[in-house]
Amino acid sequence: MLPADRFRALHPDTPADQPLAFIEKQRGAMRIVAVDARALRLGIAPGLTLADARARVPELAAIDHDPHADALWLERIADGCDRYTPMVALDPPDGITLDISGTEHLFGGEGALAADAERRIAALGLHLRHAVAATPEAAQALARYQTMPAPDEAAAVRRLPVAALRLEEEIEVALGRAGLKTIGDLAQRPSAPIAARFGSETVATLDRLIGHADSRIVPRRPLPALLFERRFAEPILRTEQALLTISELAGEAAGALEERRSGGRRFAVRLYRSDGLTRDLAIETSLPTRDPALVVRLMRERIDALADPIDPGFGFDMIRLAVPMAEPLGASQFQLEGGSVSADALAALVDRLGTRLGRGRVRRFAPRDTHIPEQRALPLPAMDSPAPAPWGSPVPGEPPLRPLHLFDPPQPIEVLAEVPDGPPRRFRWRRTHHDVTRFEGPERIASEWWRVKVERLPDPEPSVVHPDPGRDDLEAAEEMPPARHPRPLLTRDYFRVEDARGRRFWLFRHGLYGSETDRPCWYVHGLFA
Amino acid sequence: MVESVEALCALRGTIARIEGQRMADAPAAAALGHAGIDAAIGGGLARGRLHELFAAQPEDAGAAAGFATMLALLALPPGAPLLWLRQDEAERGAGRLHPPGLAEIGLDPSRLVLVVLPDPVALLRAAAEVVRCPQVGVAVIEPWRRPRALDLTASRRLAIAAEASGVTALMLRADAEPGPSAAQTRWSVTAAASTALEADAPGHPTFDLELLRRRGGPAGGRWRLEWDRERVRFREPALPRAVPAVAAGGSLPGAAPRYAR
Repeated sequence: MLPADRFRALHPDTPADQPLAFIEKQRGAMRIVAVDARALRLGIAPGLTLADARARVPELAAIDHDPHADALWLERIADGCDRYTPMVALDPPDGITLDISGTEHLFGGEGALAADAERRIAALGLHLRHAVAATPEAAQALARYQTMPAPDEAAAVRRLPVAALRLEEEIEVALGRAGLKTIGDLAQRPSAPIAARFGSETVATLDRLIGHADSRIVPRRPLPALLFERRFAEPILRTEQALLTISELAGEAAGALEERRSGGRRFAVRLYRSDGLTRDLAIETSLPTRDPALVVRLMRERIDALADPIDPGFGFDMIRLAVPMAEPLGASQFQLEGGSVSADALAALVDRLGTRLGRGRVRRFAPRDTHIPEQRALPLPAMDSPAPAPWGSPVPGEPPLRPLHLFDPPQPIEVLAEVPDGPPRRFRWRRTHHDVTRFEGPERIASEWWRVKVERLPDPEPSVVHPDPGRDDLEAAEEMPPARHPRPLLTRDYFRVEDARGRRFWLFRHGLYGSETDRPCWYVHGLFA
Repeated sequence: MVESVEALCALRGTIARIEGQRMADAPAAAALGHAGIDAAIGGGLARGRLHELFAAQPEDAGAAAGFATMLALLALPPGAPLLWLRQDEAERGAGRLHPPGLAEIGLDPSRLVLVVLPDPVALLRAAAEVVRCPQVGVAVIEPWRRPRALDLTASRRLAIAAEASGVTALMLRADAEPGPSAAQTRWSVTAAASTALEADAPGHPTFDLELLRRRGGPAGGRWRLEWDRERVRFREPALPRAVPAVAAGGSLPGAAPRYAR
């Protein structure tokens, strides 16, 4: 029913009495994989070919089946079910299982909780069948297969058909042939012969279903250590009010975090709309914090930076704040005149910019152990506060040997230079000619062949891996015939040059003339101060 | 006559009150190390002020960025970070800021925080926040080309924030004409031929510097400066080494003594 309900929710102008069928190409024929209630009443069942179905019900509407969209829709509904318990698991293709142990009294008992869920989900235009049972398997089976009411849960489970075990089709058929039609038939027999005949999986599933074996659901997301929520009798409509609530919740979180002597690195807010949809907002901080004002300020930044603004719909009726990530943080000192001592202002600035612009836009750099210039510096988000790493100090007395600006990718230029390995005399870059008056070079930087994963043929010459780093690249390049070794990376000869007007450039020749390439290209890779 | 002098004095007092106490407590100046410049700008680059650096031509962008790095290094209080704000277009078109290049100028790259902004409005907004944060040492603000959003108001906002927080703000304009602004000083930077090292290798970073404007003081003045990384200061470029006599009538291109007096 889920595909049909989703289709009707997206296309509200579909007539209510129009039978719908969802089709997919299977084994060369268009077959029906899902139908709506009306088509089912007309005798159209999944598995039928579209041609057969059309012959029986000419007015049938055939729609392409989209299991991915259905799964996303189910995920959104599961998000909304988070309001009842944090332990929510998906039961594909169309089920959601909630672990409500210990939370049902907050809603006035199992019945009231189920009625609330039914009301909300019906508001989305979905058909719902629900069941409450002692084990997740029993609840799933009862919701799917129960046809008539039973005096108690055990009796209801015993009346279910063996299909409720959701075993493989062959085993199901074999059980039917053996005359075992219901769970009760199966459960009253000794388990050893059943295991021998139908596989041990059958017995294990049966034990879980009737509650002989312990079984738990695996929640969709790990439970955060701290959760704070606020429910509203009347849904709130304005973002400002929501922020006010978030600030109250952050205050509660601050108290709890202080007791644990820790501070949050990540705060996640979930806004529950009264129609069952949810909206998530999350912020991160570079230092552990429990300052409610900071949390609210970052939330405000996050909301301002949203591409599509928050749509409250008919209002939010619940707001939850979770602290999924916390780190140790000592007790804070309060100022004599009130208010705490101002925290690290720089960290707060980095958090604010990172929250508004995105983590990757506020960077610090760490050195990498490589000779390739463009890979030398690794940008890291400043919010992760990477530890400062030592950069090598420049050689005293030398002018700068690395440029201040680096082009990535390098920009191709036309160069007048001596063949095979002379320095550049004149070059043309960005439609301007530059006459080289001074140069230094070449500084040869070979490709890092030991990092490149090319298929290496067994090589008889051991001199390919030459111990002398000064000669290694040249000889290796010369001794390796290009036909045998795919060499996508060429050696670069770098020149530091100065033109007649005093501008300093970093140029390189890509490839060794003759051995690596016949026409080496030239590039400008950087600008010096 | 006496009345007019009294009126002038009263007027000066009023203006001083309007300008506030800011003018009174002169900020610590970062000496550039070159006697001529330091004398011309009152002892050095004023900390906690907005300064503008223009590349004389778009091709001098590298030189201007280098000069900004050097000024930042001079003005950075110990332990404080350097925040460099750029735009996506600059990272693509003018080349990425290369941390090893900063290290070659003498600035530890681990002190750098690079913020890359999508557009000029976001850049100016982020710049205002950065300059307001007193724990920032120096902020280099690099708008791409000539954004409409960068006007006298925006510049004045930055200048006031810098005075309040003590952050030295350097506005780096690689491809722009000077316009109205509230900057303390305005410089024009041109790359200049360096003093050649051995084997005619390009030497230390050298600039032609022009002081275009200075608040509360005379502008004008041109200098040629060379960066001395080891002593963290600017110096006069050394005279080129004696060129061996060449055959009469012949001269080597590029080896001609440029600063022969």
